[in-house]
Amino acid sequence: MNIALLTSEIAVVILALLIIVFDLLMPRQEARRSLGYFAVCGLLGILVYTFNQHGASATVYHGFFVVDKFALFFKQLFIVATILTLLFSFDYIEGLTHNTGEFYALLLLSLVGMMVMASANDLLTVFVGLELMTIIFYILVGFDLRSSKSSEAGTKYLILGSAASAVLLYGMSWVYGFTGSIVLSEIAAHITASPAMLLGLGLMLAGFCFKMSIVPFHMWAPDVYEGAPIPVTAMLAMASKAAGVAVLLRVFLVAFADLQAYWLTIVSLLAGLSMIVGIIVAIWQTNTKRMLAYSSIAQAGYILSGLLAADAAGVKGMLFYAVLYMVANVGAFAVTTAVNNQYGSDKIDDLSGLSQKSPFLAVVMTVSLLSMAGLPPMAGFVGKMYIFMAITDKGYFWIAMLGLVMSMVSVYYYMLVVKVMYSKEAKNQQEFTASVSLRIVALISLIATLFIGIYPGPLAELANAAARSLW
Amino acid sequence: MVDFPLLTTILLTPIWGILVLSFMPREADKTIKMISAVTMAIALGLTLYAYWAYDVSLGGLQYIENVPWITELGVSYALGVDGISLPLLLLTMLVGFSTIFVSWNVEKRSKEFFIQLLLLVVGAIGTFVSQDLFIFLLFYELGIIPSYIMVVVWGSSERVSKEYAAMKLTIYLLLGSAFMLAGVIALYVNAFPAGMRTFSMQVLAQAHMMGNLSEDVQVFTFFLLLLGFGSTLSMWPFYSWAPDGYAAAPTGVSMLHAGVLKKIGGYGLIRIGLLILPLGVKFWAPFIAFFAVVNVLYAAFVTIAQKDLKYIVGYSSISHMGYILIGFAALNVISIDGAIANMFAHGIMSALFFAMIGLVYDKTNTRQVLSLGGLAHQMPRVATGFMLAGMSSLGLPGLAGFIPEFTTFVGAFKVYPLHTLLAISGIVFTALYILRVLANVLFGPRRAEFDTCRDASGVELVSLVLLGTVLVVVGVFPQLLMGMVNSGMEPVMALLVKLHVTPTLLGGVFQ
Repeated sequence: MNIALLTSEIAVVILALLIIVFDLLMPRQEARRSLGYFAVCGLLGILVYTFNQHGASATVYHGFFVVDKFALFFKQLFIVATILTLLFSFDYIEGLTHNTGEFYALLLLSLVGMMVMASANDLLTVFVGLELMTIIFYILVGFDLRSSKSSEAGTKYLILGSAASAVLLYGMSWVYGFTGSIVLSEIAAHITASPAMLLGLGLMLAGFCFKMSIVPFHMWAPDVYEGAPIPVTAMLAMASKAAGVAVLLRVFLVAFADLQAYWLTIVSLLAGLSMIVGIIVAIWQTNTKRMLAYSSIAQAGYILSGLLAADAAGVKGMLFYAVLYMVANVGAFAVTTAVNNQYGSDKIDDLSGLSQKSPFLAVVMTVSLLSMAGLPPMAGFVGKMYIFMAITDKGYFWIAMLGLVMSMVSVYYYMLVVKVMYSKEAKNQQEFTASVSLRIVALISLIATLFIGIYPGPLAELANAAARSLW
Repeated sequence: MVDFPLLTTILLTPIWGILVLSFMPREADKTIKMISAVTMAIALGLTLYAYWAYDVSLGGLQYIENVPWITELGVSYALGVDGISLPLLLLTMLVGFSTIFVSWNVEKRSKEFFIQLLLLVVGAIGTFVSQDLFIFLLFYELGIIPSYIMVVVWGSSERVSKEYAAMKLTIYLLLGSAFMLAGVIALYVNAFPAGMRTFSMQVLAQAHMMGNLSEDVQVFTFFLLLLGFGSTLSMWPFYSWAPDGYAAAPTGVSMLHAGVLKKIGGYGLIRIGLLILPLGVKFWAPFIAFFAVVNVLYAAFVTIAQKDLKYIVGYSSISHMGYILIGFAALNVISIDGAIANMFAHGIMSALFFAMIGLVYDKTNTRQVLSLGGLAHQMPRVATGFMLAGMSSLGLPGLAGFIPEFTTFVGAFKVYPLHTLLAISGIVFTALYILRVLANVLFGPRRAEFDTCRDASGVELVSLVLLGTVLVVVGVFPQLLMGMVNSGMEPVMALLVKLHVTPTLLGGVFQ
């Protein structure tokens, strides 16, 4: 047994515990920003270490936990997302609560949950990772004790999330009952298309779709996204969704690959519905976070549609898309945070005159939104091309067509935001300030979005290698 | 052929301009304008050199550059121009250079304005020089979002609000491009089996010859492309964004949109449609010819009823697109020659028209034909510009508009006699509204209320002199343009010879 494979997870747990200890040791009145930087530096170290594991393809705990390029790809994605989220939210978190140390520690523990999900090679580990992540998100979503919306969101997420977990677990029990195994590769060996098996598969799909906020399991997303503190919303949108994608891919492509004929049609409907509902409903939103929530529902639809190809090309597209989606969201949420720090609310109206007060942040917001809409030369365009070319190859041209048309419709409401930023006058003449770390994150997001869009080669190769390691 | 990467330099010059501008302080208004002007001047100079040094007798793609970009997708950074794209590239530069000077009076947030103006130009340059479909797509939509912002911030609301016009323009163009993208995906996936796929336009053009693209695929794919390029070209019934958009946009943006960006639609139809999917084009050609006639006549009738100068030129440009479409649909070398040359001539003409309208509006604060009159007394130079543009628009021999239109009709008449006759009748209506406008706005008794209006002077003259000169020079020496266009027709000719036996929509009933 090679426990070294678990190093990165263990390191994140230790980092979280250290932060809790330091938090207790520090004098009460001292600012906790140092803890944030400590977390960021620790994560950077772990990120560097994960590159060390490249090329590994081994399992521990009797095949329950696997480290391969696929898992590493997602782990690195989660770690980068967490680092960037931490960097842009120092000011926000300090304004939110006195228990900043706790907040950082919890965020890191949810990261561990995601990392476990990426490596899970059996249904139980999937569930453990998923619950670790979700339970911590229940706490984080309701972290803003002064806001009733935050508490409401936390409760809602707790109730609905638990129901979804129950459904997932119920589905797993059916699968286990009829295959006699929880390890994915052994499930694949014993799988039959019996109705009970399909019931289990359907329930599990529903459970995963809840985590990814796929229509019709998306109802929780807008309320929770709106109520939660911004860094938590960002993590929910970027990392938790990507973690859902990671387990969905591994479970469906490794364990249930033989039942493709049954789940492909359902997945195509779910993906199509998510695109349509996410984009149409977003048009009427007046709150930035709520708008981003609906947009994330649509984006989840785009990512899910890559599963229709059920081959390495499709998975490559999905991984590629997950990265660019993370990068674009980092930009959008960083700007939302900056505006929130200034005005204390998240209305789209608060963005008025941003192009005058901070032209740089206005450009970052515009580019991030347009990348999600899939306009060239932003990264979103290339991501959509990868996914749609892969599924067109398998005869799902109609989904590609629908996706392209809907993405152009989504430009409509992104343009409404752009219009507010560029043509409306600012509400007051107050100087607009944003911390240096936030500006750096915004710059990273801007450069990455344009770079991936114009020169996607390197990232595509990484995604390709990761995708191939599934087979 | 030439080691110096000429086209990349042309493409990068405005991009450098944008980068420099984004680090300029907002208050440095004059410097910002000077930098924009200098970058465009350099790019224009290089393009003129490229045009002059292009070997017409050799033809084909020249100034080729090719760097592998995304190998697994078969994308390469391939640039090159031939007789089809070089005139359009020159058009982009001429109009782009003029717009800088037309926008010299923009004081409000000039930094953002000029950055976005240069972005529009970069988008157009990129589409015309790229020989790779993927690179083409990267540039194709570059201009749409800046256009939206420019219309909303610097535009004017007259008949419709500028927000409405901007959104309409954006949605029409983007929805069209969604279908176009779908078409490109279908083309990419069907042209070659997995592993050999490529976005290179040259290689894709051979897929048809190799029999990889069945007729059904071509018909379906070209239909999607037609929806996309058709809305860019403001083909009936996807035209209604154009007049509202032009009217609401600031002058520079109207010039670029009507003069240059619209032509990307026509260019795409020829470069991607005809050269890669000839059977699809052949199938839909009668359909396009029918729409072309609707374009010409319907838009001409609507123009006659307009009272706002910008709407008049806006609808008239839709009407002119009909000539380009019918030239394209006739599918013979002469008519397509005419169509491409017409894109150039119309681009210069409509840009000059919008520039003059902008001047008149600046000075008199109105664009309504009925409240203007006798301007030739106070503004003889503006009147000259108006006359040049108007006469070229109605196809007066000796100006740039005549030869292309004439060539188009000669070519198209053999194939669609009835359609062509109807389209030619459009010239009569064009003459009607153009002459009426010129008479009402420029001539007639001197009006006292305009006595305070200064004639165009200084930088305002740049666009007038430059574009006016081009109209006259191309009109007097049409060979400068036609020779170039004709040299690009070789691959088209090879295709057209083989097309005669292929089926066509409804068995050619429309003929």
